[in-house]
Amino acid sequence: MVSEVRKNPNAVLRVEHLSMKFGGLIAINDLNFEAKRGAITALIGPNGAGKTTVFNCITGFYKPTEGMLTMTRQNGEEYLLERMADFVITKKAKVARTFQNIRLFSGLTVLENLLVAQHNPLMLSSGYTILGLLGFPTYKKAAADAIEKARFWLEKINLIDRADDPAGDLPYGAQRRLEIARAMCTDPELLCLDEPAAGLNARESAELNQLLLNIRDEIGTSILLIEHDMSVVMEISDHVVVLEYGTKISDGTPDTVKNDPKVIAAYLGVEDEEVIELIEHAAATGNDDITAAVDLLSSEAIHEIEVTHGEPPAASLVAAPVVKAKPAAAKPAAKAAPAAAPVKPAPVAKVAAPVKAPAAKTKSPAKPADPAIKAGATSNALAAPRGGKADSLIIIKGIGPVNERKLNEHGIFHFDQIAAWKKADVIAAEVYLAFDGRIAREDWIGQAKKLAKESQSKPAVKKTGGAK
Amino acid sequence: MADIQTSGPDSVYAKAFKEAIFAGVLALGLFFLIVGFRTDQNINNELVLVQRWGLLTIFVVVAALGRFIFAAFVVPSRTQVKVAKAKPSAATQADRRSFKAIVSRFGLALLFVYPFLVILILALIQYAFTGQWSFQSGVQGSLKYVDNFGIQILIYVMLAWGLNIVVGLAGLLDLGYVAFYAVGAYSYALLSTHFGLSFWLLLPMAGIFAALWGIILGFPVLRLRGDYLAIVTLAFGEIIRLVLINWTVVTKGTFGVSGIAKATLFGIPFTPGPNGFAAMFGLPNSGVYYKIFLYYLILFLALLTAWVTIRLRRMPIGRAWEALREDEIACRSLGINTTTTKLTAFATGAMFGGFAGSFFAARQGFVSPESFVFLESAIILAIVVLGGMGSLIGIAIAAAVMIGGTELLRELEFLKLVFGNDFTPELYRMLLFGLAMIVVMVWKPRGFVGNREPSAFLHERKMISSEFTKEGHG
Amino acid sequence: MSQTQPLAKSSPLLSIENVETYYGNIRALSGVSVHADAGEIVTLIGANGAGKSTLMMTIFGMPRARTGRVVFAGQDITQLPTHEIARLRIAQSPEGRRIFPRMTVQENLQMGASLDNLEFYDEDSRKVFDLFPRLKERINQRGGTLSGGEQQMLAIGRALMARPRLLLLDEPSLGLAPLIIKHIFEAIKELNKSTGLTVFLVEQNAFGALKLADRGYVMVNGIVTMSGSSKELLANPEVRAAYLEGGRH
Repeated sequence: MVSEVRKNPNAVLRVEHLSMKFGGLIAINDLNFEAKRGAITALIGPNGAGKTTVFNCITGFYKPTEGMLTMTRQNGEEYLLERMADFVITKKAKVARTFQNIRLFSGLTVLENLLVAQHNPLMLSSGYTILGLLGFPTYKKAAADAIEKARFWLEKINLIDRADDPAGDLPYGAQRRLEIARAMCTDPELLCLDEPAAGLNARESAELNQLLLNIRDEIGTSILLIEHDMSVVMEISDHVVVLEYGTKISDGTPDTVKNDPKVIAAYLGVEDEEVIELIEHAAATGNDDITAAVDLLSSEAIHEIEVTHGEPPAASLVAAPVVKAKPAAAKPAAKAAPAAAPVKPAPVAKVAAPVKAPAAKTKSPAKPADPAIKAGATSNALAAPRGGKADSLIIIKGIGPVNERKLNEHGIFHFDQIAAWKKADVIAAEVYLAFDGRIAREDWIGQAKKLAKESQSKPAVKKTGGAK
Repeated sequence: MADIQTSGPDSVYAKAFKEAIFAGVLALGLFFLIVGFRTDQNINNELVLVQRWGLLTIFVVVAALGRFIFAAFVVPSRTQVKVAKAKPSAATQADRRSFKAIVSRFGLALLFVYPFLVILILALIQYAFTGQWSFQSGVQGSLKYVDNFGIQILIYVMLAWGLNIVVGLAGLLDLGYVAFYAVGAYSYALLSTHFGLSFWLLLPMAGIFAALWGIILGFPVLRLRGDYLAIVTLAFGEIIRLVLINWTVVTKGTFGVSGIAKATLFGIPFTPGPNGFAAMFGLPNSGVYYKIFLYYLILFLALLTAWVTIRLRRMPIGRAWEALREDEIACRSLGINTTTTKLTAFATGAMFGGFAGSFFAARQGFVSPESFVFLESAIILAIVVLGGMGSLIGIAIAAAVMIGGTELLRELEFLKLVFGNDFTPELYRMLLFGLAMIVVMVWKPRGFVGNREPSAFLHERKMISSEFTKEGHG
Repeated sequence: MSQTQPLAKSSPLLSIENVETYYGNIRALSGVSVHADAGEIVTLIGANGAGKSTLMMTIFGMPRARTGRVVFAGQDITQLPTHEIARLRIAQSPEGRRIFPRMTVQENLQMGASLDNLEFYDEDSRKVFDLFPRLKERINQRGGTLSGGEQQMLAIGRALMARPRLLLLDEPSLGLAPLIIKHIFEAIKELNKSTGLTVFLVEQNAFGALKLADRGYVMVNGIVTMSGSSKELLANPEVRAAYLEGGRH
C-alpha cells in the first residue's frame, strides 16, 4: 500500500508505515492513517487486531519495529514519537492517554490524582522542589492554581463532591471519567482513550459522549479513541479507522465505515438497530421466534469472518473479492425487511439465506472438499457438493460455522441431504459433531426439509439482495 | 453443614472443643520428636536419649488450651466488635482524629522534656528512698535512660523515617539501607580524624556523600523491580561492608576507627577542662551533659527528617513518589520522569541515613564494620513495615516499641530468678522481636498506622484506608 | 452435567436470602434477596457501583455475607471456604478477568478443568475453541500477552471448563467487539438450552442481558428495587429510562 498520508497541516498525528512485531507475531503491519486536528478519530476492530498496540506505539510504551509517527503541535512543532521516551511524549509532544484496565492511583485521593498529572509545571514552579521546600510564594500560587484546575475538571466530570475520597473507592464509571480528567490535566493536544466506554451502561456512555464532545469543542483537544461501543463510536467520531489483524481494512466517516462490507463482516456483524427493529417488530406481531432470527443474523456474520480469515492465507485471498461484494448485498436486504410493511422476521432470514450462498461457494473451491470422506459418514454422503455449490447449512438453527465445516468434511453439503437423514444417520452425525441428542431436539431434519423446499422454489433471490 | 449458622453458646464451645483437640493432636505430632526426646551425654561421654514426656504434655496442653480459648472467647468477641464497628458514627471518627492529634502533640512535648523528666523521676525515687533531694544522683542515673533509650530509639526513628521515603513513599524495597548509614558514619570518622574537620561541617557533607552513593546505587538498579531490586540493594549493603573490612589502609578494617572527635555545641566542647561546657555554665563535671546534648541533637535531626518528609509530600516530587508506588506506568503516561523520581527518592532517603551515620560516629567515638551488618537494615525495614508504610507516627511508635522493648529486655534481671542464673534475657531479644512482629502483622497487617493522610484536600481531610493504598512493586 | 435436571420451583438452585455485605465499615449490600432456579438465566442490572459485582463475589464468600444466607442446591454455603464453593461447580468469570498472566492459554484452560483432573479437557476445550476460535490461534501464548478482549474470552472459557452447574458471569461483554458479544450471548443461550446450565449474569449492556435472560433484577445502591421477567423489565418505562435509553440511537 502506498502511503496515502500526505503532509497535511490539518493532521495532529500522522501514522506512516507503522509495523510492530513481537518475536514472530506481527501485531501491526504497515499501518497508515492520520488523526485530524480538533476531531475525534476512532480506532475500531476485532479483539486482538492490534488497536492497543498502536496506542502503545504512539505513547512510547512500545518502540515500533518500523514506521514513523509524527505529532504536529498547534505551534507548528513536529515530534517524531517513535524516537521519544514515553514520559517525554506526554511532556513535550503533549499526547496523553488512558488505559483499558483503569490505572488510577487508587490510594491517592481524587484531587491528588489530578495534581500528580500537573507534575511537570508544578515541578518548575517549585524550583525543582528546592524553592517550594523553602516556602517561596511562586510555588504557593502555582499549587493553588493547580487545585483550581483540578476543581475545573472535577466539576466537568461531576466528581467535585468526591474530591477527597480515594480514587480506588469510586464506582467504575466514575473511575473512567477521572482517568480522562487526569489525562486532560497534562494539557494534551492529543488525547488517546483506550476503551473509555467499556463497562459503562447506556446512560453513562451517553454522558461520556457529552464529555468527549465537550473536550473536543471547548478545550480543542483532538481525540483518538479505541472503542467497541458503537453508540459512542458512531455518535461522536468524525473519522473512523478500522483495523484487523494489524492492517487497516477501512477508513472514513462513521457512515461509510458502518456500511463498509469488510467492516460488517469482520467486526460489526448485523447492526443492533436492525436487531432492535426485529424484536420490536416481533413483539408487535406476537412472534416468539425473535431469538432464532437474531441468532441467524449473527451466526451469518460470524460465518463471514470464518470465510475471510478462518482459512489459510491462500484461501482468504481467493475469498476476499467475493466477500467484498456479498455482505453489501446482505445488509440492505436485512434493512429493507422491516421497512417493507409488516413482514415477519422469518422472511428476513429467507432473504438472507440465498444471499449467503456465494460465500459458501467461494469457500469450497478455495479448499476442495476432502476427496476421501471420513469414517463414520452418513449414508447419503457426497464426495463433492452437487454442481460445485453447497447449501449454507448454518441457516439451520443449531449448526454453526464449525459444525458446517465438519458436516462438509463428512460429505454433507445440502439441505436435502439432512432432510433425508435416518435415525442411524443422526447417530453417526452426532458422533463426529460431539452432540448428544441436539439434532433431534432442534429438529434439524425438519428445518432442513423446509429449507430444501424453499431453495428449490426460488433459485434467483440473489438479485433481491442487490436491489437497493 | 446446614447448621453452621446457629450461633448458640453450645455450638461455639463444641466447635472450640473440637478445634482444641485438633490443635492438641497437631502439637503432639509436631513436638513428639522435637520436645519429647533429647539427646544428651552421660558421664561416660556416651550419647543417651532423654525422654521428656512431662514437657511434651505441657506443650500439648498449652496448644489445646490456647486454641480453645481463642475459638471460644476471642473469635466470638471479635465478630461482635466487627458487627458493632459496622455502624460507624461521624462522632467517633472525629474523636479519633482529634485523639490522634493530641497523641502526636503530647508525644512531641514528651520528647522535648524527656531527659529532664528522667532526672526528676530518678531524683524523686532517690528522695523516696533516702529522704534527701539530690539532683546530682538523678543526673548520673539518668545517663542510662537518656542514652540507651532516648538516643538509641531516636537514631532508629530517624533511620526508619529516612528509609520510609524510599520504601513507604516511593515503594522501592531497599534492603541495603544500612550502607548509607555506614557511608555517613565513616565519612565523619575519617574526615574528622584525618583532617580535623568539625562535626557541624561534616554533618551535611556526610549527608551529601550518602546521597551521592544513593544515586550511584540508584542508576543501575532503576530498571529492577520488587524482589530483584531487594536483592541488589541487599548486595550493595554487603559490598559496602566488605569494602570497609578489607580496605584496611583507609578504614583500618575490622579494628575500626576510634578516637573520633565529639560534637561540640557551637564550638563549646563537652570536656572536663576549663573551656568545657560544664565549667562554662558552672555545673559540676559530668558526662551526662554530652548525652543530653546528643539527645537533643538527634531529636533535632529526626524532626528535621520528619519536617522535610511532611513538606516533600506536599511538593510535586513527593506526590510523584507516592504515585510511583501506586502505578509506575500511569506515572509515565502523565509525563513524569520515573528515573529521576526514583533517584531523588533514593538520594533523599540516603541523605538522612548519612546524617544519622555521622551522628552515630560522633556519639560512639568509634566505628567499625560490625555496626553495619544486614541485620541493621532488616531491623530498620521491619520498623517501617510495622509502623505502617508512609506513616511517621506509626513508625515512631514501632521504633519505640521494638528498640525500647529490646533495650528493656536487658533490664529484666528478675527473669534470672525464674529461669535460673545462666539465663541471659538479651539473648532472647531477637526471638521476642520476631514474635512481636508476627503478632503485630497478624493483628494489623498494614502496620500500626495503615491509613494514609492525603497531601491535599478540597473540602475536608479524610484519612485513606489502607485497603486502597498499594505497597509498590519495587 | 446431567444431574442438573430442573428442580421444582420451590427449591431454587441458588438462593441469596437477605444478604448484607460490607467492605470495612461500608455497607455494599443491604438485605439483598435473589434466586436462580435450575436451568434459568437470571440477570442483574444496575448502574456502576450499585453492588452487582459485590453480590457476585459474595456468593463466593469474598467478601463474606455478614448477615443472611447463601444457599446453593439446598446447602448453606454462606460460611464455606471459597475453594469449597468452587468445588460445588459454581464457576465464575470475574470482574477484571483475573486470568493467570504467566500461564499460556492452554494452561489457563487446564486450570479451569482442574476439578476433574483434566478428564474432560479435550472435549471441553474443543467446545471453548468452537466458541472462541481466537483462543485456539493463541493457544501457546501467555495469558498476559493477550489483548484485553482475548483475555475476556479466556476468562469465560476457563469458567466453562469447570463444567459448572451455575455459571456466574460478571460483564462478559466488557471490551469485546460487537460481533463477539453476540456470539457469546448466543453461546450462553445455547449452553443453557442444551445442558440446562443455570446462568447468573451481571451486565452493563442491560438490553442485551434482558434479551438473553429469563428473569432480571434491578439493583440500586445495594438494594434490589425491581424484579420480574425480562419482558416485563424491558417493557417497564422506569427501566427503559434508567438503563436502556440514552446511549442508543
